Amino acid sequence: MLPDDRGHFGPYGGRFVPEALIAALDELDAHYRKAMADPEFTGEFERMLRDYAGTPSLLYDATHLSAHVGGARILLKREDLNHTGAHKVRNVLGQALLTKRMGKGRVIAETGAGQHGVASATAAAYLDLECVVYMGEVDTKRQALNVARMKMLGATVIPVTTGSRTLKDAINEALRDWVTNVDDTHYLLGTAAGPHPFPAMVRDFVRGIGVEARAQCLALTGTLPDAVAACVGGGSNAIGIFHAFVPDADVRLYGFEAGGDGIETGKHAASITGGSHGVLHGSRSYLLQDDDGQTIESHSISAGLDYPSVGPEHAWLHDQGRARYQPVTDAEAMDAFALLCRTEGIIPAIESAHALAGALRVIPALREELGHEPTVIVNLSGRGDKDMHTAGEYFGLFDSGEVIG
Amino acid sequence: MSVSVAFEKARAEGRAALVGYLPAGFPSVAEGIAAVKAMIESGVDLVEIGLPYSDPVMDGPVIQRATEQALAGGVRTRDVLHTVEAVSGAGVPVLIMSYWNPIEKYGVDAFARDLAAAGGAGLITPDLIPDEAQEWLAASDAHKLDRIFLVSPSSTDERIAMTVAHCRGFVYATAVMGVTGARDSTSSAAPTLVSRVKAAAGSLPVGVGLGVRSGAQAAEVGAYADGVIVGSALVSALADGGLPALRTLTQDLRSGLTP
Ligand SMILES: Cc1ncc(COP(=O)(O)O)c(C=O)c1O
Repeated sequence: MLPDDRGHFGPYGGRFVPEALIAALDELDAHYRKAMADPEFTGEFERMLRDYAGTPSLLYDATHLSAHVGGARILLKREDLNHTGAHKVRNVLGQALLTKRMGKGRVIAETGAGQHGVASATAAAYLDLECVVYMGEVDTKRQALNVARMKMLGATVIPVTTGSRTLKDAINEALRDWVTNVDDTHYLLGTAAGPHPFPAMVRDFVRGIGVEARAQCLALTGTLPDAVAACVGGGSNAIGIFHAFVPDADVRLYGFEAGGDGIETGKHAASITGGSHGVLHGSRSYLLQDDDGQTIESHSISAGLDYPSVGPEHAWLHDQGRARYQPVTDAEAMDAFALLCRTEGIIPAIESAHALAGALRVIPALREELGHEPTVIVNLSGRGDKDMHTAGEYFGLFDSGEVIG
Repeated sequence: MSVSVAFEKARAEGRAALVGYLPAGFPSVAEGIAAVKAMIESGVDLVEIGLPYSDPVMDGPVIQRATEQALAGGVRTRDVLHTVEAVSGAGVPVLIMSYWNPIEKYGVDAFARDLAAAGGAGLITPDLIPDEAQEWLAASDAHKLDRIFLVSPSSTDERIAMTVAHCRGFVYATAVMGVTGARDSTSSAAPTLVSRVKAAAGSLPVGVGLGVRSGAQAAEVGAYADGVIVGSALVSALADGGLPALRTLTQDLRSGLTP
């Protein structure tokens, strides 16, 4: 069972952090292991997920989309219907509950577009924790509405003005805060990356996605799916839906990274398909870096995928050949975004549109290989309300000056 | 030249060693070299040269800005090695302080080899703990380099003992919980940490870093530590007042340590 007790997935993962954080990571690891074995904790976590977050999320048989595409049965795991509109609520509720259990009163979080920041502020409001969110200054301007949401929920938002002033710098600043205030503060990391135990812990908090989807698929179709597809930023929604299927060798796992303008342009966020081995933000994985090991800024139309590294378990699944990772460009993702809007009346997060676009790409070859219509589960990790500004600009909806509606 | 030379010399003079940090390439590679030389002439016993990195999680604003400027100026890993080479003949041991990824990218053994060839004494690794350091332990042995790991007030006694056992040259005690940056008062946690480390370290010198900015503070820290490590204050002096300010501060720090 991976990771090993020091957080290694083969050569990946581990802890590449200042010694000052080791005691806090050990404490977190001990509390998390105990909590996961304690029915009181797991029961309360399940109750919150059900009564507050609205899970299990539906597995929706997307018949209109499937009919339009032809040749496959596409099932959508509707994480977009969760409270706060994404899979991320599972992770933040788990970590916030653990924070309470550790007797800490303050959480800090990083955020790019603001999704994880809003989710963290939500969990902090619900569980009465002080919440500070670090956000790159560039992003606070791009995502003013999410800044307002976080403030409304009682969080303090701190714009980060160092480095590239985006997500990776927000993580750096959160780590600096954590080193300084570790006694009373938990770092509520937003994805399945970072130093051990974060990749394993975040996976365990979001793995319900795959557990539910597996059971729902069996109930609906009588068999396991032929493939499962998810988008990969830091990797939480993907590991969340993959995890339950990893032992099912016949179920193909596809992770779709943000290909931006295309891998060949250098403007992308595809750490596995366009990056190389290295260490960033506390673990060894794949990352975007130059010849000197300096981090290269990532590019994606999707803020949630715009991160220059990826969680270590994905690096491992890739090297093992258990999951396949491919890039999806901005343009492919936006085509899929529009398609889902029109065929099903569902506006997906642009992140999730990457998963759909990738699934549509691999379906023909899959059908060929299997000799029958494949059943494919696509993780619809979030809803697209947050993306309407980007989509509006992309599709020229604001150009004409006329009222749309 | 091993860093033990610096500690032995200071000990013979009945004082703590002064350890000065400056990033390579700040404000430019040539000026950075001149600054390190000025620092040596003004009395540091041991030099730490920072390798500028895009994601310096242990550093406060002063060092972040300086290293950002160095990177924006195009500094490369080979320039950092060149800086070591240019100052390593000046009579004091020279260490590189670097986050781990640039070393891993260069190739751990290749970096150790080139650092040794440049006359460097070894490496301080702020985000590499001995638990993850197998490759570096082997390379530093092969190329006879010092290796300096960090301990902190939150380290358990077991971790202090384990870390000290893997250090060569000295052990770096980060005396406050937090990032680099000058502070008005030195940490009260520092003397406690140093005595805990000394209990495990035997004869290995203990250097204390984070926060020192004046001769008076250096004197305070030098009363219980073997080495007083100064970074942000020197970087600020260089950034704001150039070489004259850097010399003045270095002399002040050093006079704080002179019995
Ligand atoms: C809806 C949605 N999906 C996916 C992601 C990407 O993160 P991860 O790869 O951790 O699932 C985000 C991140 O903000 C998101 O908001």
